[in-house]
Amino acid sequence: MSYRILDAGDAALTIEFGSVIDPALLAAVNALDAAILRLQQAGALPGVIETMPTFRSLTVFFDPLATDRDTVLAALQPLIAAAEHGAPADGRHWRLPVCYEGEAAPDLAEVAQTLGIGEDEVVALHSGTEYLVYMLGFLPGFPFMGDLPERLRLPRRAQPRVRVPAGSVAIATGLTAIYPWESPGGWHLLGRCPVPLFDARRAAPSLLAAGDRVRFAPVSAEQCRAIEAGLRNGELDPMQWLEAAPTPAENAA
Amino acid sequence: MSAQTELEILSPGAFASIQDGGRHGFRRIGVPWAGALDRRLMRIANALAGNAEDAPVIECFDGGLHVAASGGAVKIAVAGDAVVEVDGTDGRRQLAPWRSVTLADGEQLRIRKMGGGRIAMVAVAGLALPAVMGSASTYVRAGLGGVDGRALAAGTRLALADADPWGSDRVLTQPPEADASPIRLVAGPQDDHFDAAALEALVRGDYRVTAEADRMGIRLEGAQLAHAGAAEIVSDATVPGSIQVPGAGQPIVLLADAQTAGGYPKIATVITADLGRLAALRPGSTLRFARVTAAEGARIARAAEAETRALIAAIRPLPADGIDLVALYTGNLVDGVVHALGTDYRPLH
Repeated sequence: MSYRILDAGDAALTIEFGSVIDPALLAAVNALDAAILRLQQAGALPGVIETMPTFRSLTVFFDPLATDRDTVLAALQPLIAAAEHGAPADGRHWRLPVCYEGEAAPDLAEVAQTLGIGEDEVVALHSGTEYLVYMLGFLPGFPFMGDLPERLRLPRRAQPRVRVPAGSVAIATGLTAIYPWESPGGWHLLGRCPVPLFDARRAAPSLLAAGDRVRFAPVSAEQCRAIEAGLRNGELDPMQWLEAAPTPAENAA
Repeated sequence: MSAQTELEILSPGAFASIQDGGRHGFRRIGVPWAGALDRRLMRIANALAGNAEDAPVIECFDGGLHVAASGGAVKIAVAGDAVVEVDGTDGRRQLAPWRSVTLADGEQLRIRKMGGGRIAMVAVAGLALPAVMGSASTYVRAGLGGVDGRALAAGTRLALADADPWGSDRVLTQPPEADASPIRLVAGPQDDHFDAAALEALVRGDYRVTAEADRMGIRLEGAQLAHAGAAEIVSDATVPGSIQVPGAGQPIVLLADAQTAGGYPKIATVITADLGRLAALRPGSTLRFARVTAAEGARIARAAEAETRALIAAIRPLPADGIDLVALYTGNLVDGVVHALGTDYRPLH
C-alpha cells in the first residue's frame, strides 16, 4: 500500500492511504491512529494535539508553536510503514433498534419504487446486513457505515432536505448513517433509531467508534416510542444494545 | 449577606456566545474545536480583565451587545475596534476599548458598533462556566458548552465568582493595528483535484465575503475555481482554515464550528495566524489571498505569537485617579495611549 503526505495548512498534515472506501484502507488508518495514540499517551509526541481518522486518511493536528511538520513526520514515518500492513482491529458489535414505519420512514416508499422492489424487501436488506463504522463526523457522533447491499445503492436525493430529524436512519451511495442531530441532509430516510448516538455527559460521548460493527433490529412505532421513553427516564441504558466487545488482549494482539 | 454578583445580558446584539480556547481531542467523534475565532483578541481581553488567557469570554459579532452589572460591581474588558458606551450612575459616556472598566451594581455597558472588523471579545473578571468535554465554548449545533449550549440571549444571567472588581483597571497602550494585507494560505491537501490555473486564480484576484459568514465558515465570491475531475471526494478531515470548493467553483473557508469532515476537495488551507483576521471580515468586504509554504506558515505563527505576547506584556494598570504619565513615558508608549484612550477618556470612579 502506498501513501501520500498532504499539507493541511501550518498546523496539520494528512497521511492519505487511498482515495476510495475500502476496509483495507480503514485497517491501515486505524492501525496508524492506534499507534499514534500509544505514542501520545507515552508523552513521545510533544505538540501533537489530536488525530482525525477517516475512511482513507488520517489527519494529525499539531501546535506549530510547540513542534513542526518535519519533527512530527519524522516521528510518524516508522508508524506509517507499520500501519500499511495493519490488520483490521476487531471492534464492538452493536444491534440497534430501528423503526422503519410511517413518519419515521418518509422515503421508504420512494426508495422501494425507485429500486423496483417492495418496501419489505428494502427493510429486510437494510436490517439484514452487518455494517462497518468507517468513521465519525461530520457532526458529533455521526457514523458513516457501510457497505450497503448492492441492491440498495442510490445517489443522494436531487433536492436535499433543509431539516432531517435527529435519529433518522439514512442511506446514500454505498453507505448508511444515523443523524444524531437535526441537520440539513441529502440522504434517503428509511427509519428512525431511538438510541441517542451522542451524549456529552457520558465518559465516551459517542456511542459508536470507528471500526465497530452495527446491525439493525426492526421495531414497531410503538416499541420505538417505548424505547425512547425508557431511555429518557433512565430505565434503559444505551449499552444494552452492545452485543459483543473484544477483550483488550484481542485488540492488542 | 450579599447578593450573587452577575452580569446580565440585556441584548446579545447581532450574535454573541461564550467561547474559550476550544474543545480539543474530539474531532475523531465529529466534535469541532469551537472556541474563540480570534484567539489574540480573547487573550488580550482576558489579560485586561485579570483572567487566565484561555478563560471563557463573550465573543460578539457586529456590535449591539448590551450588559449590566447586577448584585455587585463587575470588572469587564473589551478587546476589538469597538465603540463602547457606559451608562453609569453619573450619566452616559463613551469609553475607549482595549481597557477594563469596573461597573458598579446597575451600571450598563454597550458595544454601540464596531469601528472595524466585526468581532469584539468581552472578558469579565470571575466569569466561570462549567466545562463540557473540557471546554466552556459554545457549539450550538450539538448544544455543547456556554449557557445551556446556546448563543447568549436577552435575560441570560452569568454568575461571577468572587473577584475584586475594584482593583486597578488595565489598558492596552498599543492596540494591534488593522492589517489589510493578503490572507495567507498553504496549497493543499487536494490542490491536485483542480485545474492547474485554479490555485493561480485563487491568489490573483479579489474575493468578496458573502452574507453567508458565521462561526462555521465564510462563503466567498470571486474567480471561479475549476475542478480537474469530480467535484466530490470520499470524505476526509477538514481543519479550521480549510478552503473547500463545491461544484459551483466558489470557495468556502471553514472556521471553528465547521463540520470535522467533508466531501468537497480542499484546494488550500488558511494559516492559523490569519484565521482571526479572516473571521472578522464583514460581508461585502473584499480580500486577497497570498500563497506561503507550510514552513513559512509556521514561522508566521511563531512571529504572531511573539507579537501577541509583546502586546499583552505592554498592558499597564490604569490608576483610578487618571493616567500614570511617568510610567507611560518610561514605557515610551505615549502615542499608543492617545490612541487607546481617545479624547473621551474619563475614569469611571
